[in-house]
Amino acid sequence: MTTPSLEIKELAFAYPDGNQALYGVNLSVQKGERVALLGPNGAGKTTLVMHMNGIHPTSHGSIHVAGQLVDSKNKESLKEIRSKVGIVFQDPDDQLFMPTVGEDVAFGPYNMGKRGSELDAIVNEALELVGMLEFKERPPHHLSFGQRRRVAVATVLAMKPEILVLDEPSSNLDPASRRELADILRSLDITMVMVTHDLPYAYELCARSVILKGGVIVADGSTHEILTNSALLSANRLELPVGFSIQ
Amino acid sequence: MASKLEQENHHHGHDVGERLYLHRHSLVHSLPSHLKIIAAIAFILIVVSTPVTKWLAFVAYFLWLLTVVTIAKIPFSLLFKRSLIEIPFVFFAILMPFFGTGEKVQVGPFDLYREGLIAGSGIVVKGTLGVMTAIILSTSTTAREILRGLERLKLPALMVQIASFMLRYVNVVNDEMERMKVARESRGFEATGIKHWKVLATAAGALFIRSYERGERVHLSMLSRGYEGVLPHDEPPKVQTKVWITAMIYPMVAALIFITQLVIGRM
Repeated sequence: MTTPSLEIKELAFAYPDGNQALYGVNLSVQKGERVALLGPNGAGKTTLVMHMNGIHPTSHGSIHVAGQLVDSKNKESLKEIRSKVGIVFQDPDDQLFMPTVGEDVAFGPYNMGKRGSELDAIVNEALELVGMLEFKERPPHHLSFGQRRRVAVATVLAMKPEILVLDEPSSNLDPASRRELADILRSLDITMVMVTHDLPYAYELCARSVILKGGVIVADGSTHEILTNSALLSANRLELPVGFSIQ
Repeated sequence: MASKLEQENHHHGHDVGERLYLHRHSLVHSLPSHLKIIAAIAFILIVVSTPVTKWLAFVAYFLWLLTVVTIAKIPFSLLFKRSLIEIPFVFFAILMPFFGTGEKVQVGPFDLYREGLIAGSGIVVKGTLGVMTAIILSTSTTAREILRGLERLKLPALMVQIASFMLRYVNVVNDEMERMKVARESRGFEATGIKHWKVLATAAGALFIRSYERGERVHLSMLSRGYEGVLPHDEPPKVQTKVWITAMIYPMVAALIFITQLVIGRM
């Protein structure tokens, strides 16, 4: 067996105010896998994501990305980890902070030391992957929400990550943008962890799902199995949309 | 390049950050921003160091400024409308001739103090020339380009970063403010008097908290992409001597006027 892209062991975390969010999470994601991370609001999904690239320091347990330990005290390794874990945040306006789309996509690889024509090639490639190359010179606020979300994905792809982490990728998207994004995500040859409430989206894109509730993983299996287990879903405040059924 | 600008400008209607910029194809528009900033500052320095009693020099400055405005294809109406912004600043200068001591002069129906009149009109005239120069700069250069220019002029990186984030998020915050306003009005609220200030103050507070939280999220997403205190910036392009000279014509002519008044003053 090869090294997993993501290996989380016994991860626990409490906020400084004493509020404990994670109570020992175990999760292993193999290279090339697409995993949906499901769970009700307040389950600790975002907290978990923030651990994956060392934004929250690991206080208990361990996280390895492609075999490398996430250690928030080691600045050099943290830099490498952050280039390996690409997080696409929920609100693209939080992610697109540079004056133009192109400059924003260049931000990550620039921090990784890329310059000049090499940087330019990376930016063009990433924008091409999400079909946004023609918007390179545009300021982000002139784009539609769906376009901004796609650029946000490109900003992360430009860092050539080992693993792509998406926080609610389908939220606020109209049906066409939602489908376009799904097509793009499916076309990428990359390990993916997708945090979502959108169960049909998880079903469409991820073969495997895990449910996080109360700071622990309560279910881990094929998305089909999990979404057809209605008792499991309702115990975790998850619901398929009305009229949606899986055979 | 031109079509790119055109494309951008097409959207500028609702763009709060770039509402000062007026898209035209002119020599002034085409100059590199850092040269324009240097030229504007040099012009202003020359103007303020001219003694106010040399009124002919100021007439010449004004004529020259209006010539540049014409070259920049900026409508005079826009120039004058925008220069109204100086009124609160020169308000006291206008009052100066009415209060003071010493020799008095009769100007029309008013009995004015000579010292105050000279000092006051000096501030107004020099202020107007300065403001109008700033208007030429801000109308012919996008805010984004002005920031790039300041960066090339080695303004501290932190200041440029803060200003460019402001430019990026002024639209986001403005939209948020609009949505809050619509939400208030949808529930029958209309700000009419002082008793409504409490509601507006609460809204402003909420907006502040939201923006603060957004700032934290933006910072997180920057850290996630390896931010270490330096924003990417492009290498400054090589500027030809010809372009340099063209940009410097603006303060150079002012310098000529300045020298002329000195020479005439001596004679």
